[in-house]
Amino acid sequence: MYETTYHRASSADDAVSRASSAGDGKFLSGGMTLLPTMKQRLAAPSDLIDVTHIADMKGVSVSGSTVTIGAATTHAEVANDAGLKKACSSLANLASHIGDPAVRNRGTIGGSIANNDPAADYPAAMLALGATIHTTKREVSADEFFTGMFETALADDELITAVSFDAPSKGAYAKFPNPASRYAMAGVYVAQSGGDVRVAVTGASSDGVYRAADMESALAGSFNEGAIDGCSVDEGNMLSDIHGSAAYRANLVKVMAKRAVAAAG
Amino acid sequence: MGIEGIGARVLRKEDKRFITGKGRYTDDHKIAGMHYAAFVRSPHAHAKVKGIDKSAAEGMPGVAAVLDGQQLTGDGIGNLICGWMVHSKDGSPMNMGAWSALATEYVRYVGDAVAVVIAETQAQARSAAEAVAVDYQVLDAVVSGADAIKPGAPQLHPEAKNNIIYDWEIGEADATDAALAGAARVVEMEITNNRLVPNPMEPRSALAEYDEAEEHFTLHTTSQNPHVARLVLSAFYQVAPENKLRVIAPDVGGGFGSKIFIYPEEVVCLWASKRAGVPAVKWTADRTEAFLTDAHGRDHTTTAKMGFDANNKIVGFKIDTIANLGAYMSLFSSSVPTYLYATLLSGQYNIANIHCNVRSVYSNTAPVDAYRGAGRPEASYVVERMMETAARELGVSPAELRRTNFITEFPHQTPVIMAYDAGDFNASLDAAMKAADWDGFAKRKAASEKNGMLRGIGMSCYIEACGIAPSAAVGSLGAGVGLWESAEVRVNPVGTVEVLTGSHSHGQGHETTFAQLVSDRFGVPAESVQIVHGDTDKVQFGMGTYGSRSGAVGMSAIEKALDKVEAKAKKIAAHQLEAAEGDIEIKDGEVLVKGTDKKLGWHEVCLGAYTGHNLPEGMEPGLKEGAFYDPTNFTFPAGCYVCEVEVDPQTGVVDIQQFVAADDFGKIINPMIVEGQVHGGLAQGIGQAMLENAVYGDDGQLLSASYMDYCMPRADDLPNFDVSTTETLCPGNPLGIKGCGEAGAIGSPPAVINAVTDAINNNNLTMPASPANVWNAINLADAAE
Repeated sequence: MYETTYHRASSADDAVSRASSAGDGKFLSGGMTLLPTMKQRLAAPSDLIDVTHIADMKGVSVSGSTVTIGAATTHAEVANDAGLKKACSSLANLASHIGDPAVRNRGTIGGSIANNDPAADYPAAMLALGATIHTTKREVSADEFFTGMFETALADDELITAVSFDAPSKGAYAKFPNPASRYAMAGVYVAQSGGDVRVAVTGASSDGVYRAADMESALAGSFNEGAIDGCSVDEGNMLSDIHGSAAYRANLVKVMAKRAVAAAG
Repeated sequence: MGIEGIGARVLRKEDKRFITGKGRYTDDHKIAGMHYAAFVRSPHAHAKVKGIDKSAAEGMPGVAAVLDGQQLTGDGIGNLICGWMVHSKDGSPMNMGAWSALATEYVRYVGDAVAVVIAETQAQARSAAEAVAVDYQVLDAVVSGADAIKPGAPQLHPEAKNNIIYDWEIGEADATDAALAGAARVVEMEITNNRLVPNPMEPRSALAEYDEAEEHFTLHTTSQNPHVARLVLSAFYQVAPENKLRVIAPDVGGGFGSKIFIYPEEVVCLWASKRAGVPAVKWTADRTEAFLTDAHGRDHTTTAKMGFDANNKIVGFKIDTIANLGAYMSLFSSSVPTYLYATLLSGQYNIANIHCNVRSVYSNTAPVDAYRGAGRPEASYVVERMMETAARELGVSPAELRRTNFITEFPHQTPVIMAYDAGDFNASLDAAMKAADWDGFAKRKAASEKNGMLRGIGMSCYIEACGIAPSAAVGSLGAGVGLWESAEVRVNPVGTVEVLTGSHSHGQGHETTFAQLVSDRFGVPAESVQIVHGDTDKVQFGMGTYGSRSGAVGMSAIEKALDKVEAKAKKIAAHQLEAAEGDIEIKDGEVLVKGTDKKLGWHEVCLGAYTGHNLPEGMEPGLKEGAFYDPTNFTFPAGCYVCEVEVDPQTGVVDIQQFVAADDFGKIINPMIVEGQVHGGLAQGIGQAMLENAVYGDDGQLLSASYMDYCMPRADDLPNFDVSTTETLCPGNPLGIKGCGEAGAIGSPPAVINAVTDAINNNNLTMPASPANVWNAINLADAAE
């Protein structure tokens, strides 16, 4: 690791101002990707601005059907939040299967979303839940936020402060983990609210997380596993690497979609 | 047996320090003024080094020296050696290319070291290493063994035409061809044994200290065999004469073979500690360096044909193997795909005609050498995949085909050198099938089918060779060293005991099992016995630990030394108790005259040896004896493994429902430690079969160079193991020990793959049985139908 200067931000504004005055500052919100990258000397930010001690950015609140999660809330806190388990158990369940206990107690939802790793779980949840991403500058819909592999709509001096969404009437996430990394090779989040169904896929596509439009319309017509049978997954958009071919990943997307539908009940 | 003697489940004495974080590994050692080494490594798999510009790095903070291969060779440091000469079938010696610890003209794999920076801190060394500018002319690379011998393939070493190191054979080609021609049925298979990265928990490390006044070097290093390291560093690399070089292998966190070899980094650290004029140089591999530069394992591609007569008896077995040895020949690499592999191709079976041809080849990949099992896993995989496949093709049960061909009379001379001394293969097969409830499988399969799952069962009847080996025999086959072991037993005046051994423990529990031998012999508690190992200044010489040899060879040496101590102690006691030597018995810490109430405490006899007040006429005082033990044969652990799996046809996920291991290890000293060894071996074997795979891209980049892409077994990947033992004693050594360290890794991969191919009902699967590979196998078969 190269030398870096650590800052502990006291507020979101403080974090942004510290980042702006740094030569090459990075927000640190758990650091589950950033720190290993730095250890491998593949990243060398001059300053790290830790946002995980900002009280306003932590915790889960449920008000009616609206769920708000502070950006610095850890995966473990999301997984174990009693209110969330009641309002949207599928998201709590997703959080409980991210990484390992060490990762879950350090990593945060804001950090995950800002990084937008194509194999991360949270981006699929945000898309499927139609979440709103709250930042220091604005509110952005998840559909507009995730712009490609490791790419988001965030500006350099913009910090995610929270996410919010209306709890769906039904929802489930089914993940096929990469045997080595245990990141998703295909993770499908299915959410139904009234007649509206949203299906988001992570891990499989070379463009990062995406919504599966044909599955959404098929499931809107009939919310059961069989509805997926008629859907096709374009192999041309799938990743292909030493862990699996595009054809295998396309297959996994369908299988995981069915399992998510079955789990959503 | 006393409560802590042979056969007792004594808790591991060494675990207190290991599990409380008090182990002292190489990287834990520090020396005042110590500097750090960082290596400049090739990012290319194959390139010509046109120039190295060190000027920027030399001016950086804390940098004491930036050294390259020209300086290394200029100082007379020798090239790395391969310690086992193998001759091709035409009689010519193997074609070995030069391997300098720092590359001079060419780099031949990603990670090949071209220079080293010595600096005050590790961070300074690394930063300066990044500032060393190497001018590479990139050349085409070749990564697979099969591609390396194709016409037009990139050539690695001028000595090895077509990249072939040797073209070797064993057995009778003509007789085997004739037997296959006359066979009622011939089964043919292509078999790939995947490349593995060893991944011991502790990465390799070296701490080299140079004492200018004494002109003396001390090397702390992660070694399974510190005396061999000193011999090689001294005699071949000319670092220093042996009396001026002390090698210490302190606590070592796993080796699995990868820490047998002498690597460039140890050589460079020793040389640099003197050349750079610093008190000491330390280097510890990071995990990426471990992936790139630890000697890898396996990587065979094989074609095999087995012929059967009308009664399903094997009449001939012909094997053709390409072994990928990587960019350079590591210390024992030549022996692994030859004498440690092809000599086991008779398996547990009576086969009159065997012929095996092996071409070992260079490629632009990390060097490949011995890894847990070393040749025997490759052999058992070929034999047991073939037996299972043949049973399916011949329409007989896999157990029946094996029983039909088992060797049942011992000793048995195979056509491939090995003479099996003892075994009962039916016993382990019976035990494993019973434990697995083989007969209930059909019912379980039907239940799985109801749930949409595919269920399969497979077995593997492995045999392997341990306790390497009679020195004269291995010498005649090309080994550069003898493979005996030494021991010294020092009894202290108060009766406590130190055992100095040339074996080296890096997880095996020697401090406990070796102490049990003393406890068994003299009735002293294991707590009163100290095992000393891993330091060339303390132990006179030893050949180290690998090939499951510490029991059969290392403990046999201890037994011989204990015999001598016992004899002397009895002489002293007989003299003092005025009894005949033959009437003296040592039992439970007392030295008794049989049939009388006359006795002395063990400690009284020991003290008597050191006071010298009342010894037999002419006897020297003291109670200390040494012994060297040279084995008379290999030992032959064998057993039967049964694996039962459920496969999810939608995803290709394999779930091991049960794994049964019935092993014959001969005499067992500590059943708990043996079970631990089997568990670890099974985890590694199942890891190879289902999870682990070292993959290079066509450009020679290692694609599986971290745990994100290289799948190490985790606890939840593995079932509870059902392990048991049957026992036939090894007639070749005093304790009847066969060895248990590698069996799990040797016997399990074919059992797993036999089970998975049974479940998916086709043989299209290439190891590892990863979800994607299994799904492909299922869907390729569907497409073919």
